[in-house]
Amino acid sequence: MEGMGRFIIRRLVGMIAVLFAISVLVFLIFNVIPNSDPALRIGGKNANQQLIDRINKDWGFNDPLPEQYVTLMKKTFSGDLVSYQNQRNVIDQIKKGIPVTFSLCIGAAIIWFLLGVVFGYLSAIRAGRATDRALTILALIGISLPVFWLGEMLLYYVANKAGLFPVGDYVKFSEDPLQWANHLILPWFTLAVLYIGFYSRLLRSNMLDVMDEDYVRTARAKGLPERQVRLKHVLRNSLIPIITLFGLDFGAVIGGGAILTETVYNLPGVGLYAGQSVASLDLPPLIAVTIFGAFFIVLLNTIVDIVYAYLDPRIRLGTQAA
Amino acid sequence: MPPAEAMPTGEPQLPVGDQVEIVGKSPWYLAYMRLRRNKVALAFGVLFIVIVLACLAAPLWANYVAHTGPNENHLTEKINIGGKETFVVAPTGIPIGPGLHAKFLLGADDNGRDVMVRLLYGGRTSIYIGVMAAFITTFFAVAVGLAAGYWGGWTDSVLSRTMDIIWAFPVLLLGIALGTALSVGGLQIGPLSVPADSLWIPILIIGFVYVPYMARPIRGEVLALREKEFVEAAVAQGKGPIRIMFTELLPNLISTIIVFFTLNIANNMLLEAALSFLGAGVKPPNSSWGTMIADGEDRLVTAPHLTLVPGLMIVLTVLALNVFGDGLRDALNPRAKLRMEAN
Repeated sequence: MEGMGRFIIRRLVGMIAVLFAISVLVFLIFNVIPNSDPALRIGGKNANQQLIDRINKDWGFNDPLPEQYVTLMKKTFSGDLVSYQNQRNVIDQIKKGIPVTFSLCIGAAIIWFLLGVVFGYLSAIRAGRATDRALTILALIGISLPVFWLGEMLLYYVANKAGLFPVGDYVKFSEDPLQWANHLILPWFTLAVLYIGFYSRLLRSNMLDVMDEDYVRTARAKGLPERQVRLKHVLRNSLIPIITLFGLDFGAVIGGGAILTETVYNLPGVGLYAGQSVASLDLPPLIAVTIFGAFFIVLLNTIVDIVYAYLDPRIRLGTQAA
Repeated sequence: MPPAEAMPTGEPQLPVGDQVEIVGKSPWYLAYMRLRRNKVALAFGVLFIVIVLACLAAPLWANYVAHTGPNENHLTEKINIGGKETFVVAPTGIPIGPGLHAKFLLGADDNGRDVMVRLLYGGRTSIYIGVMAAFITTFFAVAVGLAAGYWGGWTDSVLSRTMDIIWAFPVLLLGIALGTALSVGGLQIGPLSVPADSLWIPILIIGFVYVPYMARPIRGEVLALREKEFVEAAVAQGKGPIRIMFTELLPNLISTIIVFFTLNIANNMLLEAALSFLGAGVKPPNSSWGTMIADGEDRLVTAPHLTLVPGLMIVLTVLALNVFGDGLRDALNPRAKLRMEAN
């Protein structure tokens, strides 16, 4: 397709530029804070001045900032990056967390997409009636719940009191698939609720807009059964923006949106690791996790843009301002 | 409820030939009439006001009903419940739960502090942060949206790319990174200095991270407005860009801004709670609903009311704002669509 290759290259270059800017930003945020001297962290509480000086020299903390940044990035991409706090390898820790975070996010994404579409569809075809009202209220409650609070309440009432599910923790899929799912049901649901609310409301309003379109009237006029009109004409066309959003949200959830859920349920994913590193002002893991998160956000943004450009030539030729 | 466009906007038709003076109805009046018909939205709007008033009246409850302050410990005291002397905090460390007694209406926490009193004072913090951060977000988002949308060109490129960078940052991660960083030494911008435990730290962070979410749709709307004839007319009259932004574009953005502002408060409150829960938000001696939930986490099993109560207040307040904001949107029917992510 004309211009497609150039468009993709342009977007990929933009993606790298954004990731670069983000890594510089995190680096700066943590280098302008007073009292976060990494040498003190490595040396421990009883470090004397001599030890501190040596650490500063060995780790290059006296180098000018740009040089320190380059060293940090080199270590990140060669996989040698270690935490200032406990000197564990950061990349290994993230690799350990990835299966957990993906298990959580993929499961939650499937749940929120399916339930969001089902609720949105029901709400739209029953617009104004009791079903619609009930679903609208539920959706609004869903987007008003603090995620971590919902998690704690489910932990207490469903897991602890009713004993229906295990209380937090993670079981590897390779060890026991059933227990894996059993341990993840509450976290999946906790993470999904907010998005179920968003998606069902968005789909409902999209469907109501589409129902007024001429082609829907045409479809009815030529005698198609109502069910077919709703599913094939209305729902299909209303789903396009939802699918776009799904791409973006999935990236956002993998890239840091699961911190709260992982913290509440004590799931040892990338998010929990990030939360713990923040608490100890540990720069290397934070840089790595942020780049990891931003990578997924930017990647899915780019994929969505490319798919859109493929479908709409105006975008890739740059003739559309927005 | 059909979408606002499909709703009949006309008022009852006046009988023709009657001696009634025909008065033009402004768009604002029509919006007001639409909002007035939406009883659910109004009820939730009132609920929000009631919650705000209750929190403002916190000292009254503390002084005249509970007779204790939000930070006063009653660790070793006993109170009379149903004729029985009961420890406020049992020797096992478990505090009393909610009950029908003026003092400790919603129970006590680990330190023997009155949860009801703390709830009212904490609500002040939560709502204050939500509203102030919404002002900051709105101010910058409107400024960025107007500048990028009206001038276009390199101004737009620079602003939009900057927004893209903030956008690509995981919101929560950015929030906790900034929160932790600033909680160590406070913030110093020129002559302005904010101490590390100040409420303005979370306010500035929350206000900052949501700017792109609001600036993008506003920019889009300005792009559309810029091409309208009335802007062309203003340019022809010799009005400068800043004047056009304020006198021609801004009035057309007001309905969008009002809706965004309302929903933004709700999102801010959720983010504040999340940041405080992770220890990167409100710092002691201040407390908010978020910090109350965080404090109650360790006692989830033995004293669930410590987590349940502040959480319910967040849900009620945020729900009230969301439902009311939704009603406002239907009534004002702004062109741009907003969707913000909390956490």
